[in-house]
Amino acid sequence: MAKRIDVSGLNAYYGSFLAIEDISMTVEPRSVTAFIGPSGCGKSTFLRTLNRMHEVTPGGRVEGKVMLDDENLYGAGIDPVAVRREVGMVFQRPNPFPTMSVYDNVAAGLKLNGSYKKSQLDDIVEKSLKGANLWNEVKDRLNKPGSGLSGGQQQRLCIARAIAVEPKVLLMDEPCSALDPISTLAIEDLIGELKERFTIVIVTHNMQQAARVSDRTAFFNLAAVGQPGKLIEIDDTERIFSNPSVQATEDYISGRFG
Amino acid sequence: MSTAPSLAGKRPSTLRGASLPKWAPWAIGAASIALGFGISTAAGLASDIQWALIAALLYVIGTYVISAWIENRRQAKDRVVTSMVWVAFLLAVVPLASLVWSTVQRGIKVLDGYFLTHSMGVVADSEPGGGIYHAILGTLEQVGLATLIAAPIGVLTAIYLVEYGRGSLARAVTFFVDVMTGIPSIVAGLFILSIMLMFEMEPFGFAGSLALAILMMPVVVRSTEEMLKLVPNELREASLALGVPKWRTIMKVVLPTSLGGIITGIMLSIARIAGETAPVLLLVFGSKFINSNPFDGAQASLPLYIYQQYGSGEAPAYDRAWAASLTLIAFVMILNMVARGIARWKAPKTGR
Amino acid sequence: MDTTHIADAPPPTPQPSATEQKRAARGATRPGDRIFLGLSRGSGILLLVIMAAIAGFLTYRAALAISKDEGNFLTTFEWNTSATPPVFGIAVLAYGTIVSSIIAMVIAVPIAVSIALFLTHYAPRRLSGPIAYVIDLLAAVPSIVYGLWGALILVPHLNGLNGWLNDYLGWTGIFEWQGGAARSMLTVGILLAIMILPIITNVSREVFRQVPQIHEEAALALGATRWEVIRMAVLPFGRSGVISASMLGLGRALGETMAVATVLSPDFLIHTSLLDPGGGTFAQNIASKFSEATEFGRDALIASGLVLFVITLLVNGAARAIIARRKEYSGANA
Repeated sequence: MAKRIDVSGLNAYYGSFLAIEDISMTVEPRSVTAFIGPSGCGKSTFLRTLNRMHEVTPGGRVEGKVMLDDENLYGAGIDPVAVRREVGMVFQRPNPFPTMSVYDNVAAGLKLNGSYKKSQLDDIVEKSLKGANLWNEVKDRLNKPGSGLSGGQQQRLCIARAIAVEPKVLLMDEPCSALDPISTLAIEDLIGELKERFTIVIVTHNMQQAARVSDRTAFFNLAAVGQPGKLIEIDDTERIFSNPSVQATEDYISGRFG
Repeated sequence: MSTAPSLAGKRPSTLRGASLPKWAPWAIGAASIALGFGISTAAGLASDIQWALIAALLYVIGTYVISAWIENRRQAKDRVVTSMVWVAFLLAVVPLASLVWSTVQRGIKVLDGYFLTHSMGVVADSEPGGGIYHAILGTLEQVGLATLIAAPIGVLTAIYLVEYGRGSLARAVTFFVDVMTGIPSIVAGLFILSIMLMFEMEPFGFAGSLALAILMMPVVVRSTEEMLKLVPNELREASLALGVPKWRTIMKVVLPTSLGGIITGIMLSIARIAGETAPVLLLVFGSKFINSNPFDGAQASLPLYIYQQYGSGEAPAYDRAWAASLTLIAFVMILNMVARGIARWKAPKTGR
Repeated sequence: MDTTHIADAPPPTPQPSATEQKRAARGATRPGDRIFLGLSRGSGILLLVIMAAIAGFLTYRAALAISKDEGNFLTTFEWNTSATPPVFGIAVLAYGTIVSSIIAMVIAVPIAVSIALFLTHYAPRRLSGPIAYVIDLLAAVPSIVYGLWGALILVPHLNGLNGWLNDYLGWTGIFEWQGGAARSMLTVGILLAIMILPIITNVSREVFRQVPQIHEEAALALGATRWEVIRMAVLPFGRSGVISASMLGLGRALGETMAVATVLSPDFLIHTSLLDPGGGTFAQNIASKFSEATEFGRDALIASGLVLFVITLLVNGAARAIIARRKEYSGANA
């Protein structure tokens, strides 16, 4: 199910501003890869190039290659809508559709892609909510608005919504930054379970979180404000946090800047 | 990328979808217009509204069929909505552009210095000549008096609602300001008329001003309220904490801070009432002669002048109606643009 | 918070006591405060008095007229106030007002919503700003100018359309056309639609613009097309706003006077065909009949105006209620 991502020579622009420059990396399937780095280093921008969400921003433009197994996401004839169906995304702030019930939120992506029988939908919704460790908390209120849940529950609802369409890759853009520590812990546990089925990429500001949840860690940095962000190094998480090969990484991790 | 085709051959790609080229909407559009035009000519349909409607319909249907055939149903739906949105936009632009175009084109014919500085005097409707001086004078006086009444009341009411208003009186005022916004102008005119009937008065300019003031007040209240709410509370508290009385705080701190916005709101509401015809028709009645006294005798007004010239049904009168329309639109538009200019110039500077 | 300000204040300023502060907050101790509060509260009360006076005076004059009406005020198909005894009724006016407004809404609402979507989601960014500005300005064009344009430009242009409707839909009876000038309810409806288009578009555009980016991105990330994003995230969020925008437009259409008075050729019959010249609306009837009306005739017109007043109050009240509910609703989700 899960797919490998292979990025080579990727530049992303906002209008004429080069936001990230010449990034190449491989993201292994069925693993968690964390992106860390100071604010403005382009890690979120880079994440959004992996499911072609970057080009939604006005002026957003991408050069280079992103291979999902054997297909270039930016190749000719690729449908960005289909890309986003295969590469799911969870955002910084929980964003369930406010007018939809818990059930409809989870089923939202499915209803776009073909027709399902009611019983099939019920099964998938239950499976997805269980997959997001939310089923027990919401099974009695599936028809209540999703916006009535707590922040942490809303974020897990968004994860359930993303995994309901069975994507190959799950991108998470600082999924815990708006949550309290207990909800954060719940999401981190969940990420550990989800990596059995999906390729997971997570952007985080929190280095302890990167150390806790990820198998591999990529460090991004920028020379100065107004300069493009770059990938400094990517390695096994243990090595990055114990013995990084670049000095800047060590400075950042030990809290000397950023 | 060179290995991709062979691999994709083994397993059908899920990311790839047949898609129409970028120029497809333009091509379908051009084809629809050509077809629509062709059909109309062949069927001998005279009106340009018809071939445009045919073309629009062909465009929407054509987009759906072609997209559903080459791409898929979801894409087709998306493209149909896109095409309908464009068609709706064009449908709306055509009459509005025609309105502006015909007013300018026909209005410019007799609009000159003479037209602006002379009244209708003894000019018959069927003769060319005459002007709108008396109407401009009437409109300026009626609107000016209405503003003198409505602006202070409106601003004070807004101050009451924002600075003092709590409890049921404020709620009632808020509710009825909303209600007042929706009063048809002719009803405001009938209200003043019913008072005039009571005292057996003849039409005069100020009566029109009263009706216009009723229409203007709620607009001034609403816009002033919005502006006062934008003044940060810290400013008020800072002033109050210095021991400045509340009324002086409002006069010296709150009002100056929001003055630009309040003036913009008042100017926009003037622009709105300057074009009102119905109450003026009932209360001021209209006149061919210059009457500079708004408190005695019938007066003219620009919108009413347009209506009466149109009503006479003579070609020279139509010309005058168009020229007066152009004058009125120009007046309203200039007020609007100046008001918006003030708003932009006085707007709090945002970062970047 | 107050204490810090007081601490910052220069020493000569005496610290106000707690009760003084409270009074100052109510703003009623000093003469200046009293006068100012009196003036502003008085203005608010004056507004209420005006509203009450409008209702009162109109009702009084209307009662004078209706009490002498020999016909049934609600059902008579006639407006003959100078006859002895006078006979008049609003049936035709009510029918015409409602029909023309419905036509206007059926045409204007979908187009206005489309244009609002066009401006917020489809138009190139460089275009949408200027277009929105132009639509703002068009909302300010006086109705008499729309009327003049409607009567002299739109009416002759609609003959082709009328013939067409007659050919294909004439069998329904609603679109039968005898060949007269297009001074009909349909034309009035089309003109009203053009007139209320800017306001519905403006309000809807504001509503669509307030849709939080995060909801649209959520839909996009699920693999939604642009239309599906609009259907999932934009329209549900904006629905009540669009409804209230439409009601505001409806309020305008119901009360519009001059544009109808210039375009329609009125009579006092109910025409089943929308293409027949004839019929009338409340506001148009007042404007057209006013100049020849006697004092009693004017009272009768005031009676019809009272009905229009009540109808527009109901429509606007409904619109405001919907907006108020929306505020609570969106607050809960903020």
